[in-house]
Amino acid sequence: MSFVEYSDLIQDGDVAIIYLSHNNVMPVKVQQGAQTQTRYGVIRHSTDLIGQRYGSKVTCSKGWFHVLHPTPELWTVALPHRTQILYTTDIAFITMMLELRPGSIVCESGTGSGSLSHAILRTIAPTGHLHTVEFHQQRAEKVAEEFKEHRVDHLVTVRNQDVCKDGFGVTGVADAVFLDIPSPWDAVGHAKVAMKKHGGRLCSFSPCIEQVQKTCEALQDQGFEDISTTEVLLREYDVRTVSLPLPDFGPDPESTEEATPAAPPNHASISLKTTTLPREMPGHTGYLTFATKPRT
Amino acid sequence: MADNGDDDNQYRIKEGDYVVLKRGEIFKAVQIQPRKKVIFEKQWIFLDNAVGQLYSTTFEILSGGNLKPHELKDTASPLDAVEAGTDNRNIVDDGKSQKLTRDDIEALKEKGLKGQDIIKKLVDNHATFGDKTEYSQVKYIKKKKKKYENTVMILKPSCRILAMMYHGREPGKICHLRYDTLAQMLTLANIHAGSKVLVFETCAGLVLGSIMERMGGYGSVIQMYPGGGPVRAGVENFGFPAHFHDTLHEFPICHVNALLAGTLDTSAKDPTAEEQGSPEEESMVTNTGDDAGQDVEKTEKDKLKEAKVCPTSNGERLPYHMNAMDIITAKRLLELINFLHAHVPLIECFKKLKECGGTVNLRLTDTWLRHYQVLPDRTHPLLLMSGGGGYLLSGTTVATDHSKPAGSKQAEEPAPKRQKLEDTEG
Repeated sequence: MSFVEYSDLIQDGDVAIIYLSHNNVMPVKVQQGAQTQTRYGVIRHSTDLIGQRYGSKVTCSKGWFHVLHPTPELWTVALPHRTQILYTTDIAFITMMLELRPGSIVCESGTGSGSLSHAILRTIAPTGHLHTVEFHQQRAEKVAEEFKEHRVDHLVTVRNQDVCKDGFGVTGVADAVFLDIPSPWDAVGHAKVAMKKHGGRLCSFSPCIEQVQKTCEALQDQGFEDISTTEVLLREYDVRTVSLPLPDFGPDPESTEEATPAAPPNHASISLKTTTLPREMPGHTGYLTFATKPRT
Repeated sequence: MADNGDDDNQYRIKEGDYVVLKRGEIFKAVQIQPRKKVIFEKQWIFLDNAVGQLYSTTFEILSGGNLKPHELKDTASPLDAVEAGTDNRNIVDDGKSQKLTRDDIEALKEKGLKGQDIIKKLVDNHATFGDKTEYSQVKYIKKKKKKYENTVMILKPSCRILAMMYHGREPGKICHLRYDTLAQMLTLANIHAGSKVLVFETCAGLVLGSIMERMGGYGSVIQMYPGGGPVRAGVENFGFPAHFHDTLHEFPICHVNALLAGTLDTSAKDPTAEEQGSPEEESMVTNTGDDAGQDVEKTEKDKLKEAKVCPTSNGERLPYHMNAMDIITAKRLLELINFLHAHVPLIECFKKLKECGGTVNLRLTDTWLRHYQVLPDRTHPLLLMSGGGGYLLSGTTVATDHSKPAGSKQAEEPAPKRQKLEDTEG
C-alpha cells in the first residue's frame, strides 16, 4: 500500500480506510494483533484485515462494512483535522489549473492537515517533488509522520518555517506554487523566487474577498499575468424514489361503457426515480486566484 | 538551485510542434508547419517566424501575416494627461461621441498603425472622453484593446488550456463538458502515473488526452470505441512525446459481448499489442485460457472476462452509457466515473448500479463555477456565468458477496459516455 500506488492485499503497517457509509469513513493503522472499535463491533486486524483484499467486506458483530485502499480523496474525508482543510472539489480544480502532472515540482504553504498535499503527491509521483512549508511546529511534525506512514515521504520535503519571511527554502525549481495562508500577498515575492525562471503557475486560496484583492494587487506588482479569480462549488443530488399523488377529478363524464363505476382510483399515486436537492449545500469554501509567472 | 539557462531548448518552439494560439480568452490549437497559412480571429497568420522562439512569447501580426516578437514599449498610456469626470449625470449616449468613422479606422489599420496607436486616436477623437469617470475610461481602453490589438501568444498545450479552448470554441464536440467538471473526473477517478484506465468517450479525445497527461507516460490506457475506429484528434493537440502513445491501446465495443461470452479470439485482438510485445501484452495473451477464478490478470480484456454483467431490465438495447455500465461492474476496486450533460439518464445508471450491488459511495453531482472581476473598489462576480457543466456519477466498486477473490488491483476508470442523441454533430 501507498497513497501513490495500489496494492492488492492488506498488510501489517498499512493505512486502510474503513468505509461505513458516505459520511462515516475512518482510517485504520493496520497492526498485527491490534483491534479497532466501530459502531458495528470490533475489528480484529489479524483476522479481519491482514491478508484480505482491499475492497473486501468485513462483518462484525453488529453489522458490516468495506475496507478500501487509501486514496487522497478518501483521506480528505477521513483524516483527522488539525486545521480547516481543502475538499476534493477545490483540490480537483486546483490540480488542473496548476497543470500538475507526473514530474511537477510544487511548493505549498501552509501544509495544514495535509489534505491537498496528499492529492498533489499522488499527481506528481513518481518523478516530481513537493516542498511544503508549515509554520506550526506540531502540525509540521504530524504531517511529516503521516507522509512516512503513507509511504510517500520520498516525494516530499516538509519545512517548519514562515513562508512570508523565509520563503519555501528552494529557488528557481517550482513549476507551481500554492498558497493557503492568511496573508498570501506577503508570500508572492517568495513564490516568484521559488519558481522556475522560464515560468510557472500560481494559486492562492483565500476565504475573504479583501485577501483576494490584496493578493491580486501583489501579483500584478510582481509581474504575474493571466490573473483570474474563481470559485467552484459542489452540488450533490439525492437520487430517490418519490411518490406523487395523482389528483382525483371525479369520474370522467365522457366515458360511457368502458369506465366501470367500480374503477378504483387505484393508481392514486405514481412512483418516480428522480433527483431531489439537499436542504443545504456548501455555499463557500474560498476564492481561488490563479496566475502565470512569465519568463524572468 | 536555480535552473541553468541551457535547458532553454525544451522551452523553444520547434517545427511540427502542436501549439495553442491565444489572444485574451480566445484559444486555438494548431500545428507549426512551414509556410502554412493559419486563420486565427479573422486574420491569416504564418507561424514560421515562431520557430526557435520561446513558448509564451507574444507576437505581433505584421501586415503580411508574419509574426514578430512583440516588444513592450513603455509608451505613454492613452490616459496620461486626460482629465476625468465624477459621474455620468451629464453624459448623453447619442452615438455621436466618436468622431472617427468605421472607414477612418479601417484606413488607419491599412496604414499599419499599431493597436496602441489606434486606441490613442480613438481617445483623442472622443468628444466626451474627458467627462467619463476614471474607472469608465479604464474600462473603455480595455474594451478597445480587446478589439484592436494585433498580437497573439503561442502556448505549450496542456489539459487546462485545451479544455478551456474546447469549451469556449466547440462545446458540442466535447458534449458540453466544462473544464472544471473534467478536473473533477480526473481527480475522482484517481488518475495517476501507473494507473490502468478504461476509457470510453465521445469528446473528440480531450478526455483521453487529459488522462494521458496525468499518467505521464506510465501505466496504460485502454480506449473503448464505437464503430470503425477510435477518435483521437484531441489527443494530438496535446503534443505528447512519442513514447506516451505506447501506453495507449484500444478495443472496439462491438466485440464486448463476444469477449464476455468467451468466444472472442483475443490473441490477435489488439494489433498494437502484438507489435510491442511488452510484458503486459504478453500476459494478456497467455491469460486467455484462465478461468474466472484466476488471479493476476493485468489487462482490461481479462478484466472484462471476469466482469459480472448485470442484465438490462428488459433486454432491450439501452443507450451507450447504460450498456457500458454493464461492462464495468467488475469484481475489483475501481473508481467509476460517468459524465453526461443531462442528468436524467444518469439516474437510470445510478439505479442499475444500486441494483447490481458492489459499489459504494455512489454520488450524482455537478459543479457550480463562477468568475470574479477583482479590481480596487470594483470587485464583483462577473455578470454572466456558466449555466452548467454537465453531471457526474461517481462511485467505487467493491467485492460483492458471492464473488471470488477479485483480480488485479489496478484502478480503472470508464470515461464519459453519452447517449447516441440527435445533438451529435457530424
